[in-house]
Amino acid sequence: MEHNHITLPEGSIEKTTTTLNIGPTHPATHGVFQNIMEVDGERVVSSEQTVGYIHRAFEKLAERRPLYQITTITDRLNYCSSPINNMGWHITCEKFLQIETPKRVDYLRVIIMELARISDHLICNSIVGVDTGAYTGFLYVMQYRELIYEIYEEICGSRLTTNMGRIGGFERNFTNTAFTKLEKFLNEYPKVLKEFESLFTRNRIFMERTQGTGGISAERAMNYGFTGPNLRAAGVDYDVRVHQPYSSYQDFNFTVPVGTTGDNYDRFLVRNAEMWESISIIKQAYEKVQAFKGADAEVYHADVPEYYLPKKEDVYTKMEALIWHFKIIMGEIDLPKGQIYCPVEGGNGELGFYLISDGGRTPFRLHFRRPCFIYYQAYPELIKGGMLSDAVVTMSSLNLIAGELDA
Amino acid sequence: MSLSNEIVQEKLIAKFGDQVSQFATSYGMLSFESPKEINLKVLQFLYDEPSLEFIFLTDICAVNYPNQKGAELVVVYHLHNLKENIRLRYSVSTSLENTDVYTATKLFESANWMERETYDFFGINFVGHPNLKRILNVDEMDYFPLRKEFPLEDQTRIDKDDEMFGRG
Repeated sequence: MEHNHITLPEGSIEKTTTTLNIGPTHPATHGVFQNIMEVDGERVVSSEQTVGYIHRAFEKLAERRPLYQITTITDRLNYCSSPINNMGWHITCEKFLQIETPKRVDYLRVIIMELARISDHLICNSIVGVDTGAYTGFLYVMQYRELIYEIYEEICGSRLTTNMGRIGGFERNFTNTAFTKLEKFLNEYPKVLKEFESLFTRNRIFMERTQGTGGISAERAMNYGFTGPNLRAAGVDYDVRVHQPYSSYQDFNFTVPVGTTGDNYDRFLVRNAEMWESISIIKQAYEKVQAFKGADAEVYHADVPEYYLPKKEDVYTKMEALIWHFKIIMGEIDLPKGQIYCPVEGGNGELGFYLISDGGRTPFRLHFRRPCFIYYQAYPELIKGGMLSDAVVTMSSLNLIAGELDA
Repeated sequence: MSLSNEIVQEKLIAKFGDQVSQFATSYGMLSFESPKEINLKVLQFLYDEPSLEFIFLTDICAVNYPNQKGAELVVVYHLHNLKENIRLRYSVSTSLENTDVYTATKLFESANWMERETYDFFGINFVGHPNLKRILNVDEMDYFPLRKEFPLEDQTRIDKDDEMFGRG
């Protein structure tokens, strides 16, 4: 009689480890990434990541778009803090075209960028909480991210993919409602952040889950190209806002929080501390904005007719405005020749724009330095030898955003 | 002592002579080129030299210049000295026929994925790379999409029956 045994792949009986797939869609990945882990019981022996599931060829798309159309692409990089990407892109263009922005524009931008940083860190830290089993914090702070999104809505009309601002400034002045909402946020949020911290910072379960897991030394972190809160948690005080100030960050007083061990707990603490700094920066910026009086208080863009869309009523009534409107919309403005690399401090690290122009109307080449693409490659090293459940926390505490990772 | 672009340039010329060239400063950043054969020597020198210490690799990417015959592909490194807070841009060029460039992964762990991405989009063959395969595109792809020989679709074309996207 013929025996129909199942044929096992060679070596599978002797094999003592299990191959485990986490992702591409898995509740623990918070985004579309795949991790193929080799686990021995609950210990991670090795792992390999697959990325690129939502690759959209932004760099290629950018090669046929005039500058103002690229802003919408940058929205979709780190979509937890898209205004930072928008402002970063505008700042890159302004530096490239040597446009001076008025101080009021800089301060308004600082307000928006710091709000975006808070919303970014808020998501990341509360997700770390969720992954260690504490859902409350996440649900609670969501209301306050909502307040931030309402401010965005008041300024540019949209919430997630904001496409905010123009080269030279903002598309319109901030309304009084926007400032009222900002005041409401500044009043309410510090109490909530304090409460959020008291939920986690000295929480025994949380501390034991996060301390000593996913740690990295400062040398390794730099070698792996870490930037932003992840690098600062390892003890390197590198912050683009301080090292290469843009948008008048040199006018503000703030400290750069640093950690020591670079583990999940330190990353959490650094992000929390940065949120306090952001609140302080927003307050300072708001004071500075309020100090503008008379005509200065109405300034919300630089005078750059070649790149800044004129008012609609001017387009209908004035010849020159109509010409510029047409030229901008049709993308008929020739760029100067040259190359520029311009970094900004994004929500999760140094977001860089490398723009090359050959004198045409669109970039010859545009490369995004996406912080989480670069530091995600350290993930196998961070989780090696640790528990599988810690690997999940490590992944969320790295603040990986699939949109940015895959560009 | 504070480091400046001029000092970096002097040190590079003192070490490599006329092999490093095309020094320029644009928007405050020093840029220079060298033949691709010595790219690791240059990177290692910038990394090791006590007064230079460019130990942070910010970015690697490539650019395709179809009109530069024999040097169509350019690999661009952005390096950063975090202590002195000074950046520089270093590039090597290679032809389309022989796209071999030595890998920087031994020096910088971060170069691993950046080089994979560069290979994925431009087909630069990083010699010595531990795992040179596509990263963002599918493995089956047999071309390098960011090269200029692949233009984006002409948005004014009318031959396409594509009612779903409003072109039909």
